[in-house]
Amino acid sequence: MNVLIFLIPVALALGLLGLYGLFWSLKSGQYEDLEGAAYRILQDDDIDRK
Amino acid sequence: MAASPDFSHFVKTDAEGRSRIDLAIDGITCAACLGDIETAMKRLPGVVNARLNLTSHRLAVTFDAARIQAGGLTGALEAIGYRAYPYEQRKVEADEAARFYLLLKCLGVAVFAAMNIMLLSISVWSGEGASMPPETRDFFHFLSALIALPAAAYAGQPFYFSAWNSLRQGRVNMDVPITIGVSLALALSVYETWRHAPQAYFDSAVMLLAFLLAGRVMDQAMRRKTRAAAGNLAALKGENALRFTPGDRETEENLVLTPVAALAEDDRVLVRAGERIPADGVIESGASSVDESAITGETLGKPVRLGDNVYAGSINGDGALKLRVTAAGNAALIDEAARLIDAASAARSGYVRLADRASQLYAPVVHLAALATGLTWYFFLGAGVHDALVVGISVLIITCPCALALAVPAVQAMASGAFFRAGLFLNDATGLEKIGEVDTVVFDKTGTLTLPEPRVANAGDIPPDLLDLAARLAHSSSHPLARAVVRSAGAAPALPDARETPGMGVAAPFGDGEAWLGSAAFCEIESPGAHADASAIFVRHGARWARLLIRQTLRPDATRVLDHLRESGLNIAILSGDRPEAVAPIARALSVESWSGGLKPAEKIAFIDERVAEGAKILMVGDGLNDAPALAAAYASLSPIDAVHLTQTQADAVFLGDRLAPVAAAIAIARRARALMRQNLFFAAGYNVVAVPFAMSGHATPLFAALAMSASSIVVTVNALRLRGPGKAVTHLLGEPKSSGNEPARKASSPKPVAAPSA
Repeated sequence: MNVLIFLIPVALALGLLGLYGLFWSLKSGQYEDLEGAAYRILQDDDIDRK
Repeated sequence: MAASPDFSHFVKTDAEGRSRIDLAIDGITCAACLGDIETAMKRLPGVVNARLNLTSHRLAVTFDAARIQAGGLTGALEAIGYRAYPYEQRKVEADEAARFYLLLKCLGVAVFAAMNIMLLSISVWSGEGASMPPETRDFFHFLSALIALPAAAYAGQPFYFSAWNSLRQGRVNMDVPITIGVSLALALSVYETWRHAPQAYFDSAVMLLAFLLAGRVMDQAMRRKTRAAAGNLAALKGENALRFTPGDRETEENLVLTPVAALAEDDRVLVRAGERIPADGVIESGASSVDESAITGETLGKPVRLGDNVYAGSINGDGALKLRVTAAGNAALIDEAARLIDAASAARSGYVRLADRASQLYAPVVHLAALATGLTWYFFLGAGVHDALVVGISVLIITCPCALALAVPAVQAMASGAFFRAGLFLNDATGLEKIGEVDTVVFDKTGTLTLPEPRVANAGDIPPDLLDLAARLAHSSSHPLARAVVRSAGAAPALPDARETPGMGVAAPFGDGEAWLGSAAFCEIESPGAHADASAIFVRHGARWARLLIRQTLRPDATRVLDHLRESGLNIAILSGDRPEAVAPIARALSVESWSGGLKPAEKIAFIDERVAEGAKILMVGDGLNDAPALAAAYASLSPIDAVHLTQTQADAVFLGDRLAPVAAAIAIARRARALMRQNLFFAAGYNVVAVPFAMSGHATPLFAALAMSASSIVVTVNALRLRGPGKAVTHLLGEPKSSGNEPARKASSPKPVAAPSA
């Protein structure tokens, strides 16, 4: 049962990491445009500039 | 005319001194538009950054105001085929967004907590009896409390606040039993943990919050999408006014095209023949006749002269007017309408939402049952105080209104999605329930049964080549009658070298001779006599000529929609502010027996009240300012998107496009939504009837509570998904071309100019 001492904090930490991810993505506007982001990745305009 | 309007009103300057403007864009059809628009913007000199939001169809541009004007941006967009207009974010929309993000955060926290507590709870349940020592179990309960308490405090905020607000107003809404249930479950679990008891309900409390929040996030996401689309539509109406630069001499050179939103009181504006009047005002010079059909429903022009009031939304006739803008609201007509609206909506506000009615019934029953259970165990079954308390609270936890509270929002989210696809925007969630209950539909005539703008009524009797010629000539004129001809005909290029004689007509060389469009005298035709209720305009080429009758025409599918509504068992009536002689032929064409014309707003209300006294539930469909009080008085209301602003805000939902089919769709969807809500509520009640005896007999283990709660929530949500379909069925029945996916906004707002399909 001693293994619980590691496992429970690890489970909690992973959960908190996910939660932090959600808050971060909300704050940085990741949910502003769900449709556009899917197409933006296909654009090549950043290649031309280099 | 100035090349592009003066948009400086909408431009904001950020901290680094750069200017920023938000534009609503019309005409975005696919993902490729994203690249087109952003590249076109970034190529312009002075543009720092441009970012298009493909979800809301808005473009944010940061630019250097010294190098490019905002008008240049919209000009460049127009050159590549997109209509753009500055967009000002309204407060409601910002509030909706903030609420959506709060709910999403709460959902995140609740799901995180539910997952981790479930991890611990399942270990406890599976280790029950043998393998898990009591110390480990207590430790797990303690950890659960550590996660659950802060998580529930954070994620429950939307419910706690709403429950508190409703209690303060002396009412009970669904959030009250939720709050009580969650708090008691947590309190009991903490107490049990402290006593080293074998059972705790942390997982139930947090999972309940997670399920409920998921329902609300769904609902809010749909509402936000609708709001954004409606905001774009409002912006893309993009009305401009010709304003004399304030403080300068009022000459032609000082006229600047200004967005209507930027007009202020005491500005002087020029309204040319055939233009829409941009704001309420007093005539300072000029005389004309105005078509106030958008305001009063009256289709005959009203002569106006110096000192008369004119209202925003009316159409100027054939004289130029100079107006002094007056603040909205000091116009007698609008005051009258506002007063009637206040009175009518006070009478109507008694409506209690289905979910609240259910919870008013539910809360006392459940709380009394829990109390009775506890007392019974204590007094008759010989349980101790603690055991009686535990059984009593477990009744509350089992009946926790999970399914009940999800029953309505889940259907609502689906229904507003279905409304959106059918070209309808819900203003108010209660509207959905009310539209589903109506048994009588009352239509206004002008602008509701008929198209808001007049068209050629006898297009079928005119040789197609002459009609086409008329449209090509009409392109060169801004006269209201010429505009109507353009709208009715298909796309055709303007004739070169056309000369307009103001107030008379247009002439141009065509073929081997001359072509005329205008009054009988202008075309040198002997007029065949005036027509009763239509304006006539003539087209002549050589010896051939035709008379075009211009009047309000019915919406293309009005007959079919009304037939369909009658078949669905609804009574139909027409109430119009227009002359009875103008209403009669329309009523006859639509075979509506109950109609009256020449009504004042108060008389419309009187008619509605009379029907209400007979027990009817009325859906009022209207667009004019004169309809606004009747919309407020009716049980439920709809208005077309072209309606005046005040009227739209009174309507429960607004519909788009030239067709009347959305009215039938709204009723069909709302009826189905109502049926599903009732099914869900009955299911939730049935679930409680089955589950409560378990809890009362003291068999409600945490495992049982968790299973019952998730199962019932999932059943209710899946049932709500069955709403998909009825809206499509109706539009199909009415022969509407397949709706273009999820973009009714684009469909409805684009075809203002030439390309209007001749219906």
